[in-house]
Formats: sequence, structure tokens, C-alpha cells
Amino acid sequence: MDGDRTEPGTRPIRVLIAKPGLDGHDRGAKVVARALRDAGFEVIYTGLFQTPEMIATAASQEDVDVVGLSILSGAHLALFPRIMDALRANGMDDVLVIAGGTIPDEDVPLVRDLGVAAVFGPGTSLREAVAFIRDHAPRRDGPA
Amino acid sequence: MSDRSEAAGIALGERLLAGDRRTLARLLSHVEAEDAVGRAGLTRVYPATGRGHRIGVTGPPGAGKSTLVNAVIGVYRDLGRQVGVLAIDPSSPLTGGATLGDRIRMVDRYADEGVFIRSLASRGQRGGLARATIAAAHLLDAAGFDPILIETVGAGQDEVAIAAAAHSVVVVQVPGLGDDIQTIKAGILEIGDLLVVNKADRPGAEITARDLRRMLALGTGAKPWTPPVLLTSASTGQGVVELQGALDVHRSALETTPAGHGATGSAWDERVRGIAGGEVRALLRITLERWLDRGGRDGTVVAAIADVASRRRTATDAAEALVRGAVRDLDPAG
Ligand SMILES: Nc1nc2c(ncn2[C@@H]2O[C@H](COP(=O)(O)OP(=O)(O)O)[C@@H](O)[C@H]2O)c(=O)[nH]1
Ligand SMILES: [Mg+2]
Repeated sequence: MDGDRTEPGTRPIRVLIAKPGLDGHDRGAKVVARALRDAGFEVIYTGLFQTPEMIATAASQEDVDVVGLSILSGAHLALFPRIMDALRANGMDDVLVIAGGTIPDEDVPLVRDLGVAAVFGPGTSLREAVAFIRDHAPRRDGPA
Repeated sequence: MSDRSEAAGIALGERLLAGDRRTLARLLSHVEAEDAVGRAGLTRVYPATGRGHRIGVTGPPGAGKSTLVNAVIGVYRDLGRQVGVLAIDPSSPLTGGATLGDRIRMVDRYADEGVFIRSLASRGQRGGLARATIAAAHLLDAAGFDPILIETVGAGQDEVAIAAAAHSVVVVQVPGLGDDIQTIKAGILEIGDLLVVNKADRPGAEITARDLRRMLALGTGAKPWTPPVLLTSASTGQGVVELQGALDVHRSALETTPAGHGATGSAWDERVRGIAGGEVRALLRITLERWLDRGGRDGTVVAAIADVASRRRTATDAAEALVRGAVRDLDPAG
């Protein structure tokens, strides 16, 4: 996957970085986006104030392998179920969903039950997130 | 290509034609990867293409291209038209990764079934981005999108090739170029069918527009189409209705003007043939290059090179023999 990108039939891992909710800070999301780009991923960054429908539409149209949700607002328990539903409604059942930001430890199991594969708290290194994505992004090069 | 990939591509093509948006997204990934599924899918849907107005939007980073595309999408939607967008961002040459941020400014119609936005990154050298973009535009066309807007940064060979593959090219500039107007690449002005001075809410827009008109007037000879110079403010929407109107006018002008140089059909037909010619040439080149990279068949390339080095054959003779070998080799029946 990381070899010659001119070779037909290969593609870099594509990641949507979305910022759901109403808080107006996206510095963290931008840092993550840059780190993932530097790791060789194609990162689609969609900006602030994304609704679940916007996130799902973008993920579907961009045909991403991974959706990274950055959340600081504390609204994760309200937003994540709606985002997961919207992703399914857009035919994105197999997409890898991960989350970062400030999610209290006691909520992590709840979030994971919703189908979020991993939660990267403020202390996590970006290298860890990159490795997780490489290991868990669905492989979709074969025939549909 | 394997039968399985071919069958999968045809099935995706049929679902695309039936209007399935998720399938369109999947098939776009396959054509972008230039794989066998994408090839078969494009073959399946290609006869259904040719209706969409393909519009290139090009200009320097920060000129407001994405904001302008977002605004003009709204005008097209009000007219009941379905809009496809391809947003091209350059990749990082070091890692092959890319951050694709054009969507940030194109979210006004986020959950609208009639708008489909796809970001494309450059994944390698040798015109791959141009090939992928043109193939992606064909898929959007087959899916019924009209227009198809293609945003590119106005620099680099691939980007000029992408713009040249549009029916109408919008070149976006901003005010305050002043004396620097001379530094606008002559080439980029020449490919413009419409010139836009965006950020017209800022001082100096009229002066920039006047300077652009003067530069255009310096062009030689009588042309069937003189590019209009339009003022827009993408962030307020000023001039955006007029831009959409001018795009329709350009399309009709191409359709009603006879082709030049005694060619048959209209100027539109001529442009379509020109675009097709560019596509075929590019694919011919890459097909031969890939065959060469695979070493040809049975070491023929190595042998030919050795012959030339040891003066048994000229490079011309060796190259012609290789082309004949490649033709036999690439013939699926052979
Ligand atoms: N003042 C003003 N700012 C604009 C206008 N259009 C775009 N911008 C701003 O210019 C910046 C770059 O816009 P963007 O659409 O991303 O430019 P692109 O790189 O050409 O796609 C953003 O901050 C926009 O908000 C305009 O008409 N007037
Ligand atoms: Mg842009």
C-alpha cells in the first residue's frame, strides 16, 4: 500500500476528519489531519460544526476507509449514535470509525458499544493513532 | 483483466446508471486507482455520457475558487440542476499523503441529493491525476450531473491538462495585482473562456478587471469568442448569478458556432473532439510506458537497448520494432 502509487489498483488509505458539535475549536483536528497526511494518508478535512448528516454524506461521497471524529463539546453521547445511524443510512457500514478529543474514561465503553473502534484521548500519541488506522482500516482494493 | 473484476465493474456501472450514489462513490475509487473494476465500469457507463457541461475552475490558491464553486452550486440548484464537483488538491510530494480541504467551503448544500462532491489528490507522476480526473468526470456525467465543476490550482502540467479537458474554463483572479498583472501566466489567461475577478468586495477589483480586458484585447486576430471579465464576491454572492448565466451562454455559443478550419459540426463538437484526442494520446503514452516498465515481453526491451548500445540497430529501428511488439502483446486476442 505504501509503495509506488502510480501502480494501478492501489490507493492510499482515505480518512475523513470531521468536527461534529458546536464548539468552535479545530486546532486539534487540524494537527491530526496534518499528522495523518504526513503518514501518507489522504485526509479530507470538512471543517467545524458538522451535523451527522453532513459527516455521513461526505464520508460516502469521498468513499473513505476511516472516519475520525474530533469532539470537545461533551456532546459525544448525543452525537455518536446519530452519526453511526447516518453512516449506516449512507451505506457506510464497513467504515472504521475512531474518535478523539475529550471523552471521559467512564464513557469510553459506551462509545465503543456504539461501534466506535477506538477512542484516542488527549494523552495518546499520534503515532499510535496512525498505527491503529494502518492495522484496522478495511481493505477494499478487491472487486466490490 | 480478470472476468471477476470485469463482472464487478459492469455491475457497479449498472447500479450507477440506476442512480445509486454510494455505487458512484465506489466506482470513483476504482477509476481513481485505475484498476480493472474501474475500467470495466467506465466502459459500461461511457455510452451514457456526453450531456454534462464540464467546467474547469482554476486560479491561484486562496483566490476563492472553492467558495465560488459553493456559491455557484446554489444557483444551479435553484435551476433544478444536479451538480457534480471534483476538487483537486496537490499531494505532499514527500509522503504521498494529502490534506483535502476544499470541502470546508462547499458545505451549504450538504445533505442535498443533487450535489455530489469528491476530492482528488495527486497520487504519482506521469499524468495520473489528469487521467483520473477526466475518468471521474465521465462517471459523474453518466450519473446525470450537469454541470460538473472541476476545481484545480492553476499551476503545473497536470492541472493545465485537466483544465484543457473542460468545455468551459473559468480563470479566477483577485484584485490588487497592480503591476504584477504582467506576471499572470499568459498560458492561464489563454485557456480562460471566462475570467473572474473574485473578492470584488475588496478595493481595486474594477482596475484589475480593466487590466484583464486590456490584456485580452492585445490578443491577435478576430476570435469567435471573447472571454467576458466578470466581477464576483463569492462570500456575499454578488455576481454569482451572472457567472452561472455566462457559463450557459458560453455553452450555447459553442453549440451554435460552426467549427473552425472547415471541420464538421459546431465549435462544441470540435472541442469535444479535441478533448477526446488529448485523452487518447495520454492513454496511448501511458499504456506504452507501462508495457515498457514491465520490460516488454521476454526481455525484448533489454535486447533492443543492448542492440542500440552495441551499434547493431539504430534507436529509431529498435523503437519501431518495440512498438510492433507492444501492439501484438497488448492485443487481447493475440
Ligand atoms: N473578501 C472575500 N473573501 C473571499 C471571497 N471568496 C473567498 N474568500 C475567502 O478567501 C479565502 C480562500 O477561499 P477558498 O475558496 O478556500 O480559495 P481557493 O484556494 O481558491 O479555493 C477564504 O478565507 C474565503 O473565505 C470573496 O469574494 N471576498
Ligand atoms: Mg480550494
